[in-house]
Amino acid sequence: MKKTPLNEIHKEAGAKMTDFGGWEMPVEYSGIIDEHLAVRKKCGLFDVSHMGELLLTGSRAEKSLQKIITNDAQRLDKNKVLYTLMCNENGGIIDDLVVYKLQKDSFLLVVNASNTEKDFNWIKKHLDGDAQIENMTEHYAMLALQGPDSQKVLTKLTDLNLQEINYYNYKEGKVAAKDMIISRTGYTGELGYELYFNGEYAEKIWHDIMKAGKEFDIHPTGLGARDTLRLEKGYPLYGNDINEKINPYQASLGWVVKLDKGDFIGREKLKALKNSCCDKQRFACVIQGRGVARKGHKVYVEDQVIGELSSGSYSPLLKKGIAMGYIKSDYIKPGNEIKIKVRKRFLEAEVVELPFV
Amino acid sequence: MSVKEGLLYSEDHEWVKKEDDLLVIGVSDFAQEELGDIVFVELPEIGEEFEIGDSFGVLESVKAVSDTFIPVSAKVVEINEVLFDQPELINDDPYGEGWLIKVEAEDLSELEELLSAEEYAEFLEEA
Repeated sequence: MKKTPLNEIHKEAGAKMTDFGGWEMPVEYSGIIDEHLAVRKKCGLFDVSHMGELLLTGSRAEKSLQKIITNDAQRLDKNKVLYTLMCNENGGIIDDLVVYKLQKDSFLLVVNASNTEKDFNWIKKHLDGDAQIENMTEHYAMLALQGPDSQKVLTKLTDLNLQEINYYNYKEGKVAAKDMIISRTGYTGELGYELYFNGEYAEKIWHDIMKAGKEFDIHPTGLGARDTLRLEKGYPLYGNDINEKINPYQASLGWVVKLDKGDFIGREKLKALKNSCCDKQRFACVIQGRGVARKGHKVYVEDQVIGELSSGSYSPLLKKGIAMGYIKSDYIKPGNEIKIKVRKRFLEAEVVELPFV
Repeated sequence: MSVKEGLLYSEDHEWVKKEDDLLVIGVSDFAQEELGDIVFVELPEIGEEFEIGDSFGVLESVKAVSDTFIPVSAKVVEINEVLFDQPELINDDPYGEGWLIKVEAEDLSELEELLSAEEYAEFLEEA
């Protein structure tokens, strides 16, 4: 299993570790609910160094990027971050990712850990002219500092005016005297920052942030809370809610497909899918009463199976089970009552709009 | 992680304590720690009877779900209803306020098959 530069620190902090996409990662430290609430109310620090960083360079880098992603790379000024998908020729989602324009001819693509190699190979196959792709995952450490107090914590460690960095923007600068990319992004729905820097400094940066955050009761936070936080906001998780058999429209991600930007992989198919994408679409529901429904559980109306859950867990804020999945579009109406078969019994659930909180 | 002295344990991580004529049953500290934050609990009805090894309840945590298995054949005489509203008691105090059920055992000799605290601690180390 691969280890991030902070592996020892997590173990010393008493984290429960797990294999995630081939990486040994912390699931929880003080407990998922405690960490979840810390991020919603104060702040938490995640080691997400397992995320893949791919560097796309060369005079034809932007042209290559346009061909590979569904969103429009021309919307990327320096200091802007772009959320996008990569699709195959059938319109199936290869990955969801964020893109940073570091320089005119240099783009950083941040991809899901479990897809890093697949994405690298796919991109390499579709490069234009002199463009090059390099896997920088081992070079970068990545931390996510998330929560309403995250700005106050980070302000103590940098001269940058963080208030000038808007949502989905970034700056390059120093934090704790080390160079890094400071990106106002995250996977929690809270005010927060993602930091990319040379992995050699990972321990120092981690300790400095934890120290600066002490007065705000900062918590080290693991992948368990990361999952419940993203689910409460309805963010899709690759491998659960999206995959190569699902197209963007089906997943309610049509907003990152720019059919008018010019040619890109999957465009022809996606054009056709835009108006009739599918039989089943992504939906969300809240479990009534006690119980947690999870990925793979079947969704019923009366005796009929109408779909299946792709993610499901417990919402520490709602104190209820929440889930997302794919069901026949006719049934996706807020307030609709459905049933979910969990082991031997049926849980009542209500269809809701996202986000949950 | 703690193994409380004076209790009997099953390899399924339940503990049993004699209390007058009854047996109190709960899950071990190891079990609650493995599960993480417990958010919902299903317990049997009073009067229900179980054979040794039957599932008598369900503990649902944020990450996972787990059956609880009865370590002796028995009839349920009391359940810890407080857990329906405060399932976290199992995490906070697995050997005390987090108990699950009280039962009348059919055959107390079944208890001989269970592990002592010391044996259970060894079992955990080997696992």
